[in-house]
Amino acid sequence: MKVHEYQAKEILRKFGVKVPRGRATDSPEEARKIAEELGGRVVVKAQIHAGGRGKAGGVKLANTPDEVYEIAKKMLGMKLVTHQTGPEGKIVRKILVEEASDIAREMYIGIVVDRAKESPVVMASPEGGVEIEEVAATHPELIFKEYVHPAVGLAPFQAKKLAYKLGLEGGAVKEAIKFLLALWKAFEATDASLAEINPLILTGQGEVLALDAKMNFDDNALYRHPDIKELRDIHEETPLEVEASKYNLNYIQLEGNVGCMVNGAGLAMATMDIIKYYGGEPANFLDVGGGANEEQIKNAFRILMSDPNVKAVYINIFGGILRCDRLARGVVNAAKEMKVKVPIVVRMKGTNFEEGKEIILNSGLDIKVADTMAEGAQLAVKLAGGKA
Amino acid sequence: MSILIDENTRVVVQGITGSEGSFHTEQMIAYGTKVVAGVTPGKGGIKVFDNVPVFNTVEEAVKKEGANASIIFVPAPFAADAIMEAVDAGVDLVVAITEGIPIQDMIKVKAFMKGRKTRLIGPNCPGVISPGKAKMGIMPGYIHKPGTIGIVSRSGTLTYEAVNQISQLGMGQSTAVGIGGDPIIGSPFIEILRLFNEDPDTEAVVLIGEIGGSAEEEAAEYIKREFKKPVISFIAGQTAPPGRRMGHAGAIIAGGKGTAAEKMKALSEAGVHVVKSPAEIGKTVKEALGK
Repeated sequence: MKVHEYQAKEILRKFGVKVPRGRATDSPEEARKIAEELGGRVVVKAQIHAGGRGKAGGVKLANTPDEVYEIAKKMLGMKLVTHQTGPEGKIVRKILVEEASDIAREMYIGIVVDRAKESPVVMASPEGGVEIEEVAATHPELIFKEYVHPAVGLAPFQAKKLAYKLGLEGGAVKEAIKFLLALWKAFEATDASLAEINPLILTGQGEVLALDAKMNFDDNALYRHPDIKELRDIHEETPLEVEASKYNLNYIQLEGNVGCMVNGAGLAMATMDIIKYYGGEPANFLDVGGGANEEQIKNAFRILMSDPNVKAVYINIFGGILRCDRLARGVVNAAKEMKVKVPIVVRMKGTNFEEGKEIILNSGLDIKVADTMAEGAQLAVKLAGGKA
Repeated sequence: MSILIDENTRVVVQGITGSEGSFHTEQMIAYGTKVVAGVTPGKGGIKVFDNVPVFNTVEEAVKKEGANASIIFVPAPFAADAIMEAVDAGVDLVVAITEGIPIQDMIKVKAFMKGRKTRLIGPNCPGVISPGKAKMGIMPGYIHKPGTIGIVSRSGTLTYEAVNQISQLGMGQSTAVGIGGDPIIGSPFIEILRLFNEDPDTEAVVLIGEIGGSAEEEAAEYIKREFKKPVISFIAGQTAPPGRRMGHAGAIIAGGKGTAAEKMKALSEAGVHVVKSPAEIGKTVKEALGK
């Protein structure tokens, strides 16, 4: 799960990670008030779940509270298009107003889980303010890593090594060590999957603090962090994906016109692949899971149908725990209830697939039944108006 | 022969009285698996499915019934602890079916397992089956046939699809292993490939990967270096958008890494028969064996 910069900073502040003073709001009047409280120069930052805000006009400096008011008025409600939002952009619903920092140096710190090493890794680079993927591509020697032992946590000596690798000196080294240890604590205690500070800055006064902050959290661990779960911003997700999540359906909307409904994540991806293989474009990824019941199948179907791009539906099920007859009944009921107009192709294999086939063939509905995955995909692509 | 499990494997089911656990225990027994015990804390002393004794701890199941493999149906918040309990009890194999275990829990589990003999399969996997001998998992048993094709996969239903294609073409499986769809798992591809390499009755291997991580690339290096048998592979997620988690926690293209294209290239360069269409897995196995 992703959160906004201002939420990440609030979490980090609780763990003793230094961040600039400031607060988020959705009103220009409140923005002015925050600026008055802070005094002096402030930064107004658009809060969306995407990077590249600065270049797109989502980060502005202001000298007076009145200027903050004007900027906030323009920024709130504007559509921000960055290289990470896609051409459709994202609406700014909140802004963060915080004190402007006197930047002497920009650096980078990130914590992620290294899958191959099966361990969290703290990465640091003296090159901050640019995307770390770019540094990794052009100057891999400038990225320094410390792997964290699960029984020990980030050890002070590791934080010290990284602080020196950042090129810091004197009191700033101590500051950076404190920062790193606090950041690790925040990462571990919140079951984060990413904590990225880019840039980490050294101020003219010798302070080390997080000018920007990005945190993602392990969805599987949200059950033990109800406070973090509440930070979810559904405006940042597509409405159909939000709807699907209510029914525990794994749905991701894509650009094509062949709607897919599949059980199992691997088979769902493979179904998208085979649609593309036969010249079509999948409209979505949809995994109804292993134990889907009739109700879930109905909801899945409704969500598929809500996407106006869908010109044909391909249902590909390999019954294991999910019995094909149950699936067939769910599909038939849903199709009848919703008076579905687009063609439907069903391919079923596995547990009770013959009964499932019977149910569909006897339903009186115009649902095509395919015997193999390839046959079904070809038919669905053709019916959607693609090549195949 | 087969790998990991056979007719002599003595299975204990952790979470045997839960709805998932009891449903699949019945299926495993019906398949012929030797289920010798179950574990549900607080229910020790009862018997289920005619005569399977239930214990409070895995240790008792091992001592009293000689269990040497455990399958885990415990809910995600308690699953990591259940795995460690089985490892501590000294079973040879743990198969963790549970989906949704937090990644930090798995990091601790892996650290806990270092230096111990137990092998872990999963979590978030369909389990292991040696057709005609034993099934430790949730896969539909009847689609499998005894045979000489080894299968190793990060997926569940896509594995069934591959198994079915192979069975329909008159071939069978030595063992099918679902290694799991999570970012951190007990046994990555390489470890299962090693076992298939040593198994005299496995003639060829089907490797089903998906986007995310670098386990397929590591497998490719290993195959190039030492693997002696034909490998047929399909990688799911060729059309997956970057940055999105495709159902499995581990299936995500992050920072431009972990794409299907990279994995397919690495495997092709290692001499693997990589198919673009998941419908061609069975056919390609047949061709690779010259049958």
